[in-house]
Amino acid sequence: MESIIQGKAFVLGRNIDTDQIIPAEHLVYSLSDPEEVKLYGKFALSGVPLAQSGLPAGNIPFVQEGSFASDYTIIIAGQNFGCGSSREHAPFALQVAGVKAIIAESYARIFYRNCVDGGFVIPYETAIQLAETVKTGDELKIDIKANTVENLTSGETYQLNALGDVFNIVEAGGIFAYARKENLMAQS
Amino acid sequence: MEQTITQKILARAANRKFVNTGENVWLNVDVLLTHDVCGPPTFDIFNQEFGEGARVWDPEKVVVLPDHYIFTANEHAHRNIDLLRKFAKEQNLPNYYDVGTDRYRGVCHVALAEEGFNLPGTVLFGTDSHTCTSGAFGMFGSGIGNTDAAFILGTGKLWEKVPESMLFTFDGEMPEYLSAKDLILQILGDIGTDGATYRAMEFNGEAIHSLPMEERMTLTNMAIEGGGMNGIIAVDEITEAFVKSKTSKPYEIFTSDPGAAYFSKTRYNASEMEPVVAKPHSPDNRATVQSMKGTKITKSYIGSCTGGKLADFKLAAKILSGQRVSVPTNIVPATVKVARDLETELYNGKSLKSIFEDAGCSIALPSCAACLGGPTDTVGRSVDRDVVVSTTNRNFPGRMGSKQAEVYLASPLTAAASAITGKLTDPRNYL
Ligand code: SF4
Repeated sequence: MESIIQGKAFVLGRNIDTDQIIPAEHLVYSLSDPEEVKLYGKFALSGVPLAQSGLPAGNIPFVQEGSFASDYTIIIAGQNFGCGSSREHAPFALQVAGVKAIIAESYARIFYRNCVDGGFVIPYETAIQLAETVKTGDELKIDIKANTVENLTSGETYQLNALGDVFNIVEAGGIFAYARKENLMAQS
Repeated sequence: MEQTITQKILARAANRKFVNTGENVWLNVDVLLTHDVCGPPTFDIFNQEFGEGARVWDPEKVVVLPDHYIFTANEHAHRNIDLLRKFAKEQNLPNYYDVGTDRYRGVCHVALAEEGFNLPGTVLFGTDSHTCTSGAFGMFGSGIGNTDAAFILGTGKLWEKVPESMLFTFDGEMPEYLSAKDLILQILGDIGTDGATYRAMEFNGEAIHSLPMEERMTLTNMAIEGGGMNGIIAVDEITEAFVKSKTSKPYEIFTSDPGAAYFSKTRYNASEMEPVVAKPHSPDNRATVQSMKGTKITKSYIGSCTGGKLADFKLAAKILSGQRVSVPTNIVPATVKVARDLETELYNGKSLKSIFEDAGCSIALPSCAACLGGPTDTVGRSVDRDVVVSTTNRNFPGRMGSKQAEVYLASPLTAAASAITGKLTDPRNYL
């Protein structure tokens, strides 16, 4: 696992549900066919009402028209990110669009599990309301060992909550990699 | 140490006497549920991780109920069904309910109950966030993603963090103008959409235990709308009678110890409560129907796992009997069985089906339909600036189709009364 994640921030509000992350009409594409998989990148976060997309200014599409990936690789959000349906297509779509990490005040349980167990993106939590201070487009640098995020644009550094119990699964790259390492799949 | 019902069920599944809240435990899974949207990617991951030719851990314990995108011309949706069919055949799954055959059932959470898969004391995981519905049967049910489901398919196991529990007690008698939907929307308005994140929501009290199983399922169904891991109601005679009418499989009954620790305890008096809606665009955006009365609607939708059961239609029929709707009104039975019951269940000597038809409603084929928007040819899908009163469970932007549409979540009584007037209407006006 890399020890530094650096990229541009995309800022969202609270209660971003999985229908906004990937609207239900797009759930029909294959998750293994490389051509169809690209569509998940194209439509990632396409359900967010435009006024709330890319805060504080808003009206910033996450993925440019005609593109299959985003310029933004770190998502900043408020409370309860990923609420709603259990679709694993949601963290998958973010990964396909190029997202490496999310920093939110809190997550819905299923989305959080999916991020970790599927090894798609790293879901960091922080007690700080970063969505109020970070602006879409700011350059961020996450230090995975130190559990900090530095805003290179503003010069400020913030503490992230430690990943705790799930760090080992995140580090292994998902539940299967972890279970192999720990010999948990041998029982079956 | 005293434990909640949820702790006891998880302890049993972990082969332990006691589990602490907050600890991660590996559970033996009793049933894995999947459907047409999440089944194909789950099977893909299973094949990739366990290798082609790998066998599922226990074919009897895998239940595959296609229900989401059923009656559509969308070819991707058809391909998903083909993938389910192929996997079910390869793995010889006895509990696959194929579309287009007389095995087709409809919305998975309701079909699980009808087919006797809901057994007190057991652990069910499903690739659908409303898997918590089954908690109405004194069991643990929770939603997971495809990777976790694939892991269970191969191993029969999954890790879970033992949740703290929030207790919601409803005292008093349930008035005839309220349904379980009003109770859960009341709670959601109080705790918010993340008020129960990573926790169990346990329901008890006189009003809850007076409800039929289907109404209890509405409560546990929407535990996820508060972010809950599971919703749960202890077994009583009503539960046992229902379960025994569906299956002869053995089960174990657990109850919370009187001294068990809870994150919170909240009491309501059902007899003092009012009909409520959740305003756009969040299930916790509660308001009384009285305070919203007169809000113009363009559609009424009575369906889904939370609002398309026979009990829901019985309530709607009480209001719609002898009336005419003034806006397009979709009646979407959750399952084939519910659709059949509409023909045989009578109210004032008339079948529910003819009551709805005479009122001018359209009755759709059983599936999830527009509850989650779906392909553009889906029955009841919202378009443009539709304002929908709906018995479904989510009203996030775009959930029922159009991103510009507004959805008011309501009980079947309120949805039916509003269909008559074309405005949000308190059902007491028609009772
Ligand atoms: S009816 Fe709606 S909430 Fe229920 S399983 Fe289907 S899509 Fe999900």
